[in-house]
This record gives sequence, C-alpha cells and structure tokens, in this order.
Amino acid sequence: MVDSLNSAFGKAELATIIPELFLAVAAMVLLLTGAFIGEKRAVRATTIGALFAFAVTAVFVVMMPYGDSGRVAFNSLVHVSAFTAFLKVLILLGSALALVLSIDFFEREKIARFEYPVLVVLATVGMLVMVSAYDLMTLYMGLEMQSLALYVIAAIHRDNAKSTEAGLKYFVLGALSSGMLLYGISLVYGFAGSTNFTMLAPQLTDNPEAGVVIGLVFVIAALAFKISAVPFHMWTPDVYEGAPTPVASFFAAAPKVAAMGLLVQVLTGPFGGMVGQWQQIIVFVSIASMVFGAVAAINQRNIKRLMAYSSIGHMGFALVGLAAANADGLTGVLVYLAIYVVMGLGTFACIIAMRVNGKAVEQIDDLAGLSRTQPLVALALGMFMFSMAGIPPLAGFFSKFYVFRAAVQADLYALAIIGVLASVVGAFYYLRVIKVMYFDQPAARFDGMTPGVALVAGSTCLVTMLFWIYPASIITVATRVSALVIGG
Amino acid sequence: MILQTLSFYLFASICVASGVMVISSRNPVHAVLYLILAFFNAAGLFVLMGAEFLAMLLVIVYVGAVAVLFLFVVMMLDINFTELRQGFLQYLPIGALVGFILLVELLLVLGSWAVSPDAGAALVATNATVGGTTNSHALGRLIYTHYAFLFQCAGLILLIAMIGAIVLTLRERVGVKRQNVGRQVARRREDSVVVVQVDSGKGI
Repeated sequence: MVDSLNSAFGKAELATIIPELFLAVAAMVLLLTGAFIGEKRAVRATTIGALFAFAVTAVFVVMMPYGDSGRVAFNSLVHVSAFTAFLKVLILLGSALALVLSIDFFEREKIARFEYPVLVVLATVGMLVMVSAYDLMTLYMGLEMQSLALYVIAAIHRDNAKSTEAGLKYFVLGALSSGMLLYGISLVYGFAGSTNFTMLAPQLTDNPEAGVVIGLVFVIAALAFKISAVPFHMWTPDVYEGAPTPVASFFAAAPKVAAMGLLVQVLTGPFGGMVGQWQQIIVFVSIASMVFGAVAAINQRNIKRLMAYSSIGHMGFALVGLAAANADGLTGVLVYLAIYVVMGLGTFACIIAMRVNGKAVEQIDDLAGLSRTQPLVALALGMFMFSMAGIPPLAGFFSKFYVFRAAVQADLYALAIIGVLASVVGAFYYLRVIKVMYFDQPAARFDGMTPGVALVAGSTCLVTMLFWIYPASIITVATRVSALVIGG
Repeated sequence: MILQTLSFYLFASICVASGVMVISSRNPVHAVLYLILAFFNAAGLFVLMGAEFLAMLLVIVYVGAVAVLFLFVVMMLDINFTELRQGFLQYLPIGALVGFILLVELLLVLGSWAVSPDAGAALVATNATVGGTTNSHALGRLIYTHYAFLFQCAGLILLIAMIGAIVLTLRERVGVKRQNVGRQVARRREDSVVVVQVDSGKGI
C-alpha cells in the first residue's frame, strides 16, 4: 500500500509529466497575473507570458529522455515517447502561432480579454494530456479539458450572435460526441474489464465479439467528430465562420493534431489487433471527407467557410495514411499534420490581414486584384493555395505524396485513386482564389498587416516554399518516431 | 436472504416508479420531490450492495445539495411548463418509435454480450489496491492515489468551466453601487454631518 503511494508521487513519475505540469501552472499564474494587473495591460502581458510558456514547454518536451519504449507513469495512465513528443511539439507550435495571430486582433475588434490566452493555454494542456493518454479514462479527461476550453473561446465574442451560435453549436454537438465516446468506452470496458491500453491490447483481437465492435465504432465516431471528418463534420463551417478569425485559426491547427494523434494511438495501440474491423471504417471516413471537402467548397464565397471545408478535406487525406495501417502510413500522417499546421496557419494569417478601413472582411471577392494593391500578401496567399492544392514543389505536395505512397504500398489502390481525383477537384477552388487575386479588377485596398501577423505569414510562407530543399528534416524524424508505434 | 431480496424489490420498484413520476408530473416542484425520493431509494440499493459510503454521499450531496438547488431554481425561474409541454403529444409517436428501435438494438447488443476470458484478471490487476479495507478507504486509495493524475485533470477541467462561466456571463454593469470598505472607514463625522441652528418659526 505504501509502495503505491510512493510510486504515485515519485520524482520519476512527476518528471514524466513535466511539460503538462509546467503549462498548467503557467496557466494559473497567467490567470492570477491577468486578474491583478488590470484589464488594459493584462491582455498583452498574458499573451506574451503564454507564448513564453509554450516555448519553455516545448523545450521540456524535447529535452526529456524517452528511450525506445517511452516512459509510463501514474499507474499506466500516462505514456510518453518520441512519438508523442513529435505531436506535442506540433501542438505547441500550432497554439503559439495561433496566439501570435490574435495579438492586436481582439483589441481592434474591442473584445480583448486576458482570459483568451489563459484558455488557449489550458486547452493546450488538454491536448498534451490527450496525446500522452495510455488509458481510456486519461483520453476522456484530456479530450474534455481541451473541448471545454474550445467551446468557451468559440463564443468569446459574446455580444455577436454568430459567435455565440458557434459556441453553442460546438458545445451541443461536442457534448453529443462525448456521450458517444463514453458509451463506446463503457462497452469496451464491459468486455475487457479494464480501460488500460496495455491490458486491452491482448484482449482485443481479430474476430472480436459484436459488443466490442460497437464500442470501437462509437469511439471512432467521437474522435472523427473532433477531427471534423465526414460524416461528423456538420459543425465545422458554422463554427469557423462564427468564431473570431484567430480562434478559427487555432481550431484549424492544434486540436486537429491532438485528435488525429489520439486516433492514431488508440487504433494502433489497444485496438491494434482489430485492424480488420477499423480499417474499413477509416477508409470510408477518409474517402467521404476527401470527396466532401473537395465538392462542398466549390460554391463557397466566404473564405473562412472555404477553409473549414478545406480542413475537412485535409483530414480525409491525413486519414489515408492511417488507413494504410503501416509505419509508412503513420509517417505520412505525421508529415501531413506538420505541413498542414504550417500551411493552415499561414493562410489564416492572410485572412486576418483582410481588413478594409479597420473592418474585417471575409468574402473571396474582397481579395480581388490583391496582386496589384499588396503583391507580397497575394504572393503568400497564392503559395498557400498552390500548396494546399498539392502542386509540386511546394510543401503540400510532399504531404499528399507520402500518404498516397503508403496507401499504394498497403494495396489500397481505390483509396489512393479517389484521393488523387478529390485533390484535383479541390484544386479548382484553391486556384479560383488565385484567379480572383491576380486577374480581377482591384477591390478596396486592405489595411497594412500588423507585425505579428506578418511574421507568421512570412515565416510559414518561407517554410512552405522552401520545404523541397531539405524535406528530410521532418521526414526522417517522422519515420523514426512512427517506427516506435508500429513494428518498432 | 429473503429480507434482502424483499428490500431490493422495494427500493428498486419505488426508485423506478418515482423516476417515471419525475418526468411525468405536471408540477415541476413535485418532479423535484420525486427526484429526491428516487435518490433515497437508490441510496438504499447502494447499501444493499455493501457500498455504504456511496449511499451516504448520494443522500448528502444529491439530496442535501443538488436537489435542493434544483428546487430553488425551479421556484425562482418563471417558466410556464405547460407551454413547454405543448409539442409533447405531437412528437410522441416518432419519439416512441425511435426509443423502441434503440431499445431493440440495445437488447440485441446485450443478448450477444460476451466477456473476455481475461476480463476478471484485468479487473483485479487494475484495482489491486482495493480489498480488505473499508469503503471510504478503498475509494480514497483509488481516487487520490491510484488515479491521482485523473483527479488533478478533473480539477483543471472544473477550473476551465469556472473561467468559461465568468468569461461568458460576467458583465460590468453601470450604475451599480458597490460597498467600498476603505471609504466607509475613512469617512469622518465632519464630512457628513452638519449641525444647523434653526430659529423657531422661520424654517430653513
């Protein structure tokens, strides 16, 4: 008995969760700082503090010695490895860039509140917990921690009907998906008598009982909701359009990485023996997302909604790698997520820069003639659009290349062919944005970019354009860490 | 043994019956009172299972705090519940149909239910710290030691919920008079009391 007490609070155990611990404490310190130094100065101070906290956490994540099998702590509730470290760094990068984009935006809209950075930090803590989950209960806790903070920041512009609607819609549908997740978990627990990944894995084999398959389906459905994959995507366009643009950019990056990482770990870990069962579901979800993301966005005039459909499509492409269910596929998923975060945040930086006379505009037609009024912004946005369409030698091409290659290697030819066709259809609306910017008569001139937005747009654009010079930088790391999860 | 069986059926049937009354009674105050009855009987079921600590918690927390809070809210809110119920009959057929299908599906799942051969061993391995102790001891060991990480996570979630509630609802109202203790204490007699000599018959 005394042993278990010591082990639960031992130094080695605490060292395992140092990144989460540090970030949680930082959130509380920022909260108190914000409450005490007064609303005016607090927003800037907490934002900078949160960025600093993200940087320090990333250092903790990278510096931690993982070993080959990773570290398990807190009675097998938490598991960290080089694989989770990759995802965590990506999540921290996504959160930090989205937070940089929010600097000045909220002040200009007169809705600046110091709670926003604090909630972003707390949501990020939830994402880190999700990624380190080694037990279905940890998974649920992390998911709720992240989701609850996201519901609140979707509605943070509380005097705006659309923002409130976005928050409410996200909350109701999110609660529904949490219910499905819990129901699925309870079925799995009822079968196996445990929620722990290591205990589940040997019991969940191919040729399982009907109840377990239903549990698996519910768990996948709930996680598909979080990555907004078809048919659980309904909330995405409304939430992206209604939420303030920096919030939408945050939604598009870090939470997607966390949920996708979680899906990968759950399906290859405890449900690893049931590949035959989940592979067909993932193939279906992947095809549906790619096709829907390509077709539904064709008629969109609002660029935020366009990005929502685009993110649905991108999640479909990333799922191709998971459907392949081999180490190459996982490498593809990781590379896809990394490049998607960079491209997505860069595009959102350009969208945030769309302001005419101090008022934000978000129609595609407002971009008309941008190449003549602001050639640099037009160039950056054009590069992101080409990259999202998957045109070589931009980064987006590499991400699609790796997932499709993995699918072909796993003999999923139909999936790969449909994916390529969907990306051709999707290229239409990406290219239309470029056509509007370069060939239409100039519309009203945009205000200048703020330094933070310009920094994000510039740096992500450089990465997107120059990725082909040294693609091995990410790909070797991704290959190494995904070998730890499958066949390592 | 027979006494236990009898009390089980007593508690269970009253629990189910009062549960039905909660959703079917017209007066919301009655519904909350039935809810309290349901809680008490559920607590009785817990005692029968040997979980006396949970039973006491249910009575203290749910009956003592939550249900009373419900009662207050129901009384404070001026909601016309008969109006809310107007669509009830209209949606009853489709609701009943959906409910019936769900029930059949659940029965199908439960009918073919199987438990993994290793489930028992997994259950014991996960809850190794429990056993041979009292209820509250075992619960405490699980929640505060074995699952300490999850307990702290739950605390963070509550913190987020609190921040969220404040962010979304707290507004600075104009014209609200707040108590300022410093000013109250610093106030002197000379600042606020004026002694006026009034000549009789002249007024001020």
